[in-house]
Amino acid sequence: MNNHIVKAYDDELKALHSLIRHMGELTFEQISKATQSIIECDAVLAREVIDRDHEINLLETKVDDLAIRILALRQPVASDLRTVVAALKISNQVERIADYATNIAKFALILKDMPLFPEVKGLSTLVQIPMRMIKDALKAFELSDLNLALQVWHMDREVDVLYQAYLHKIFSEMIEDPKNVGPCTQLLFAAKNIERIGDQSQNIAEAVYTMITGKPFKESDNVKNEPKI
Amino acid sequence: MTFKMDVKQLNLFYGDKQALFNVNLGLPALQTTALIGPSGCGKSSFLKCLNRMNDIVLQAHVEGQVLLDGQDIYAPSVDVVSLRTKVGMVFQKPNPFPRSIYENVAYGPRIHRLFKTKSELDQIVEKSLVRAGLWGEVKDRLPQPAMRLSGGQQQRLCIARAIAVNPEVILMDEPCSALDPIATAKVEELIDELREKFTIVIVTHNLQQAARVSQQTAFFHSGYLVEARETGALFTTPHDERTQGYITGRYG
Ligand SMILES: Nc1ncnc2c1ncn2[C@@H]1O[C@H](COP(=O)(O)OP(=O)(O)OP(=O)(O)O)[C@@H](O)[C@H]1O
Ligand SMILES: [Mg+2]
Repeated sequence: MNNHIVKAYDDELKALHSLIRHMGELTFEQISKATQSIIECDAVLAREVIDRDHEINLLETKVDDLAIRILALRQPVASDLRTVVAALKISNQVERIADYATNIAKFALILKDMPLFPEVKGLSTLVQIPMRMIKDALKAFELSDLNLALQVWHMDREVDVLYQAYLHKIFSEMIEDPKNVGPCTQLLFAAKNIERIGDQSQNIAEAVYTMITGKPFKESDNVKNEPKI
Repeated sequence: MTFKMDVKQLNLFYGDKQALFNVNLGLPALQTTALIGPSGCGKSSFLKCLNRMNDIVLQAHVEGQVLLDGQDIYAPSVDVVSLRTKVGMVFQKPNPFPRSIYENVAYGPRIHRLFKTKSELDQIVEKSLVRAGLWGEVKDRLPQPAMRLSGGQQQRLCIARAIAVNPEVILMDEPCSALDPIATAKVEELIDELREKFTIVIVTHNLQQAARVSQQTAFFHSGYLVEARETGALFTTPHDERTQGYITGRYG
């Protein structure tokens, strides 16, 4: 798309994108470290994740401030308006995702005092797709890439399948040996949070869809024409 | 949807220079249509076609149809003077006559003999000034010269003058470009109220104003009507790249 005649307007929209990109990178790192802190029983790493959450909250506030400023001063319309509105939504969704990462780190702090448990490694498989989803959803926002947004949307199904399989495994461990119930419950919570990261990333993909097309996302319109991954 | 006016395949020429190309646009009854587009794209020219103001422009030549309640206003049988009472016009600069406030509003009704007694005329003047949102400000000074009013008051006086002859359609060419934000807000509020009785067409360079006052927005470019849609739809999801570029302030 062409540049705005008023260059400062372009700069502001770029700044909005770069804040969200920064938020996304931090959050991606938080998810990775939180999961690692459970798997490696690393309380220091878990605390680091918990302590950094406020940075993401701060970035969300910055996105809000800038977006509101653009709305007030530039009175954006059409694709610009849809971009600013999407930025407001997406920053809120990324902040939620960062909260899930913090939750996961908190479970790590509880798990570290419990007996070591083999199924913990399954989390690292489970977290792969949600991490890719948030990364790609934000890339789709930055590049206005409709196909990528739809790809992300469809990835959530895989997350659900993997999540169900993981639950199944954990439940059988719990049935097999009642002393697994304590740590398994924490793992269930952690897995649930990971699954929620997939859901939220799917919401981001929907926001990007609306931003690009100007239409609300309808599942029925998009299940059939699944894009190639 | 019923169109108060319906423009079909309109072409306008000034001498051998064509200013409008195959314009088709319906004006929904009791709604405000905003005309936007870059300078020189033909907005004022289009507006003038709606009440045959182009008749007085030498060498102007119109092809196509302009229907008012289904009747072609360019048909030979049409009386242009009575057409202009039905389709009134408010201009960019407030242009009151150098007469009293009262006489400015009474002028049209006098010409068209719309009253029998002086008290009937008084009523028309009062009603028009009330509708134009000016009554409270001028009711104690009706005999004073209109030129003593502020710009914003003068513009509302011109609107009162336009509605005094009971038009059905009001055309406004950048009516707020000389007004401050408060006076502008008053005129915009007035436009919204007038919509109860009149079909309105407004040319404006202020896109926010188009968004605020109109139900339909038409984007013109180089003599072509590029896109006309429900105003909310046009400003959130324009279909045409040129509309998108213009309303977002990008290089075309
Ligand atoms: N009387 C005239 N004789 C010849 N050409 C004219 C006449 N009036 C307008 N034009 C030309 O027709 C084109 C459209 O003019 P018009 O005044 O309708 O534009 P506009 O969209 O109202 O522009 P602006 O926003 O600057 O008022 C322009 O190229 C203009 O020069
Ligand atoms: Mg003009």
